[in-house]
This record gives sequence, C-alpha cells and structure tokens, in this order.
Amino acid sequence: MSLDINRKKVTKNAYRVTKRRNMTAIRVRVPGGHLDAEHLKTVAEIAQKFGDGNVHITIRQGFEIPNIPFEKMNEVNAALKPLLETLQCANGVVIENLDNGYPGAGMRNISACIGNRVCPFGNVDTSALAAKLEGQLFPNDFHVKIAVTGCPNDCIKAHMQDFGIIAICEPQFDYDSCIGCEACANTCRRKVTGAITMRNGKAVRDVRRCIGCGECVLACPTSAWTRNQTKFFRLVIMGRTGKKNPRLAVPFLNWVTEDVVMKVIKNTIPYIDKHILRCLAKEHIGYIVDRTGYDTFRREVLDGIELNSEAKVAKTLQWPGYDTVNDANMKSYNQRKV
Amino acid sequence: MQSFDFNYQQFAEVFARLGKKFRLFGPKRVPGRGRFSDTDLITYADLQNPEDLETAEKSYLSPKSIVFPPDETTFYFTADQFTEPELSDNRETIVFLRPCDINGIERLDRIFLENGKVKDPYYQRRREKLHFFMIECRESFENCFCVAMNANRTDNFATAIRFAPEKVSVMIQNESFLEAFAEVGKKSDFVPEFVKKDSKAVNLPDVEDMPADIFSDSLWDEYDSRCIACGRCNTSCVTCSCFSTVDIFYPDSRNCGERRRVWDGCHLDGFTDMAGGHSFRKDKGDRMRFKTFHKIYDFRKRFSEDMCVGCGRCDDVCPEYISFSSCINKLSDRLSGGKKDEE
Repeated sequence: MSLDINRKKVTKNAYRVTKRRNMTAIRVRVPGGHLDAEHLKTVAEIAQKFGDGNVHITIRQGFEIPNIPFEKMNEVNAALKPLLETLQCANGVVIENLDNGYPGAGMRNISACIGNRVCPFGNVDTSALAAKLEGQLFPNDFHVKIAVTGCPNDCIKAHMQDFGIIAICEPQFDYDSCIGCEACANTCRRKVTGAITMRNGKAVRDVRRCIGCGECVLACPTSAWTRNQTKFFRLVIMGRTGKKNPRLAVPFLNWVTEDVVMKVIKNTIPYIDKHILRCLAKEHIGYIVDRTGYDTFRREVLDGIELNSEAKVAKTLQWPGYDTVNDANMKSYNQRKV
Repeated sequence: MQSFDFNYQQFAEVFARLGKKFRLFGPKRVPGRGRFSDTDLITYADLQNPEDLETAEKSYLSPKSIVFPPDETTFYFTADQFTEPELSDNRETIVFLRPCDINGIERLDRIFLENGKVKDPYYQRRREKLHFFMIECRESFENCFCVAMNANRTDNFATAIRFAPEKVSVMIQNESFLEAFAEVGKKSDFVPEFVKKDSKAVNLPDVEDMPADIFSDSLWDEYDSRCIACGRCNTSCVTCSCFSTVDIFYPDSRNCGERRRVWDGCHLDGFTDMAGGHSFRKDKGDRMRFKTFHKIYDFRKRFSEDMCVGCGRCDDVCPEYISFSSCINKLSDRLSGGKKDEE
C-alpha cells in the first residue's frame, strides 16, 4: 500500500522528508544543549528501535535521528514523551497532547554555550536562559534561530543567529581595594579592547570601550573589580548563513536586561506574522527585516517595552556580509587573462 | 574566665549591643561578588548584623586589611607642608577570626612593631584598637596546615566562640566584655578546642642553615612556567606585609598630592624593579623560592617562629593550582636527600 501522508503536517511535527523514499528523520530539541544523561538513553532507544541505530548531533545542539520509516511516527512520538515532559513542559511549554510529538518546528532549537555552570568566563547560566526562552517561545512555526552565549568570546556563534544573545557584565570598581597591580589593564589591553588604563596607580575603565566581558574581574587579585548583580546582555541580530547573502549579526541592543531581551524576542513574533511573505514556504526573518527595513523592525519590536536606563539601541544597522553571486570577482585561475 | 551559651536570637542581642560601641569586623559572604559569575565572595568586612558573619567557610581574603589596608594614605602634601590623616573610624574594633589568623596578625606585629627600633605608627594606631573574638576551629578546611605551622592554637583572644547548629557558646577572657554577654547568656563550661590534625601533612625543612646550592636547585624551575605572577598568594595571605610607597599628584596641581602605601607582593611583576631599570627575581621560580624561604626559613631566623601560619589561602586562590604546602614538602624532600626528580 502506498504511503499517503500530509507532508506539511509532518514537517511541523519535527519530521522531515529525507533522501530515502518513505524514510524520515526526527529532530530532538535540547534547549541550551544541556540535558540529563539519562535522556541520552531515550534518544538511543528511538534510534535503535525505529531508526538504523545512528544519531546525528546537529549544529544547533539537538539530535537528528535518521532512517525512521514514516509509518513509525506515532510510535516515535509516544517514545518522545519523556523528553517533551522534561525539556519542554518543565520549562513552561504548553503541549496539549504529549503523545503527539513536537507541536512545532519552525523556530529552531535554542542553543547555548556551556555557560557559567562550567566556564569561568560565563557571565550567566546560558542553558537556563535558553530553557526559559524555550518556555516562552515554543511552539512556533516561524523560522527563527536563537542562541545564547555566556560572554563576548561567543563560543556558541551568536553572531550566526537571527537573535544572538551575548551575556555581558558591568564591572564595578572598589577604589580602596585596588593595589595598582595592572593585571586588569594588561589583560584588557592584550585580550580585549584596552578599556582599562591606569591613573595615579588605580584602574580607570572607559565605559565606551568596555564590552562587558568580565576579564578584569577574573584578573583582579583583590576583588576590587566585581560584577554588577544586574545582568546585562548585548543582542546581535540577523546573522545568517544561506544561499544568498551570508553575514554576521550586528549589535541591535547593548546593556539591556534579560527582561528586555525576552520581550523583544517575543515582540518579533507579531512582527513576522504581519510582514512575512506567505507565498514562500518559510520566509526567514532576516529577509523580512531586509524588506521592511531596520526602522520598521525596531519600531515594532520595541513597541510597548520599557528599556532599562543603561540600554543602548543602534541608530542604524549595517551587516558585514557578501553576495554569493560574485561573478565579476571569481575567475578561472588556470586561464586567467588581464 | 567564664563561659556562656546563647541561642541565635540571644547572640543577636549581644551582637547588637556590641555594635553600638564597637566596630565589628569579620568574615562576610558577599553574594554574587565572587571571581566567577553567580559565586559569592567571602571576604573580611564590616558587619552590620550577626547573619553577616560567615562561620562555615574559609574566607578568600584574610583579616589583615583591618590593620594593613590595601591602600592607605600616610600623608597629604602641598608645596611646603604635609598633613597626616586621622583614622576615618576611631572606634575600638572587634575582629572575628580563627586561631591561624590571630597568629597571622601576631606575625604582622613582628614586622610592623618589632622589626627594628621604630614602631610603624600607621599600623600601630589600627592595631591598638583590636579585640580578637576567636572563631573556634576544630577541623581543618581544605588546604589548611596550621598544625604543622604551630599556628592552630592561641590564647590571645578576648572571647572564643563556638558556632554550633543550635547554639552559640562563648568563653570570655577579657573581663571588660563580661557584662555584654553575662546578661543574656546561660552559664556553661565551654572551653574552645583547636585543630589537632592537618588535612594535609606538611613537613618543614629540618635544617639550621639552608645549604647554598638549594638556592639554584632545579626544584624551583617548574614555577618559572607554572606561576603567572597574579599575586593572589600574596594578597590573600594574612602574613604578607609588603607594600610599595606611591606618591600621587592631583591631576590639576603641580605640587599637591598624597603619599600612599599600597599592598605589593613578591610574586607580582615590578616588585623588584629598581632605579635604572634593574630588576632581580625576574623568573617566577626565583619569586617562589624567595617567598618560600621568607615564609618558612629566614623569618624564623629573626623572630624564632615561622611567618607562614598554614591558613592555606594561597593554595585556595591560586588560579594555576600551585600548592605552597606541596612546595614546602618538595623542599624538605630535597634537603633530606630524597626525591631528586620532579614527579
């Protein structure tokens, strides 16, 4: 009997059409890329029981389990239940029927660097923030890529996302504890932006140069530099790979609080809903912003949000990137003529 | 000598009463101010209420800042005169600290008050105000070796305090504090105990004079590459007493400014810089050797006791996991003709 499935429904259920006829692959969402090792057993079981025993670790920190026959989808969905309960519902995602698998697939897995659960440089618990975002944004059919990174080293490559959330810290200075050892100024000059200079034996921070990495806090032997207990973020936006115009994300907001980040990303959903080209299968948010322009995007996503007093908003945005159509520049090397 | 027991509410009453007359200084947990994000800093600071007092964990920094601040102005100068500043807080000060740290401040006394004919007046005026309230320490923390350094015990305290889960016990040695405690407390037979065994065995070198060749021994070489000269071992040490004298000029004046003394340390770059650009102990191994000998050898020659009190903070704070106590053991092994090769 020939297979008769609604491909669009299947896609929204996080299954995909694969190269092999009648075979699909399921994408397992792991917000923040962090999970109880016990869940690896569930992933392994699904791969062994319904697939071919292989699992692909995706770039977004999920799992893609390939070579599952389409007719096994219901059984796979039932097997996914413990993952949905822990990784989605426990983070606040509302799923009506836990036996039906993922209720959406447009918004990609929210990835995160290892963050301050492990990394000394991490300014926040990135996985926890990713899980919180999952709770607020999933399920969602729009194509949006989000990642959280713990510091401006950007190990998760937030600059390749539609929304790259970079945790930063405001270093605060206790004048009386500074012994003028210059460790902060040296590390900032060598590794960062040279935002700290010495004046009369004390460190002085240039707030316009400081990128909030926290290296000075790590370097200080007397705890003269410590972190402001309010956590701040830089939000870089609309970075992308892709066939037309790959580019790095650029800063849209700087020194904003978690609350602002959350609200801005949530405001993006009605913005996409209003402007998306419905004739395309899934228009990517970056191209929508290209079409509406930055001013419209900024106005609509900041609508109704009270920014914290430290917040800065970009006046204009220009993305460093290139057009993949590059015929004039690319020449045959072996038969080159002037 | 009398002892009393208190519940925590009663102890808070005594604490509040003392706070009206005394400056209270002790180990304090400052949330979120640790070196890494979402970690706490346990430091010595002024205490407003008894909950501020961190009695369960060892502090990252030592209590020495109460007598030897990281940065102290010794005088202000103008063209032809100078003024010494008064202390900003003139109250008598109660310091809550452990036996090793009481011994540590006694080591500072040797340097600042007994090393030569002149007593350091800046140190002395702060030191005279101190009353030690000893936090009883019965078990070693990680990296502690106070027993080996003979710094686990002291009787130099006004009161000794045991913070148990349900009650606080206090033994009073200095009668002037009796009234504050006696009114609230219930008489008890509390006597403080001391650490009996180190968490790590440390063997001190058993030599009268260091043989000359140990100065150039390969033992020190590994520290050339391991130490990053961050200076945490010095700044966290209760007995490190080195400072640099710094003159600063106010930005808009040619002849007004102040002289300060600022913590310095033998592991920090610039510590041995001299006029003309000469600098000795450029290699970190040399710095490690200098510190080691000072802490467990040449201080003893002058004062008949070792400088190091075995609080182990240098081991706690070293970002490169250099263990000073292991270094002492390696030195002892080498001097006794033991292990030649690095493990």
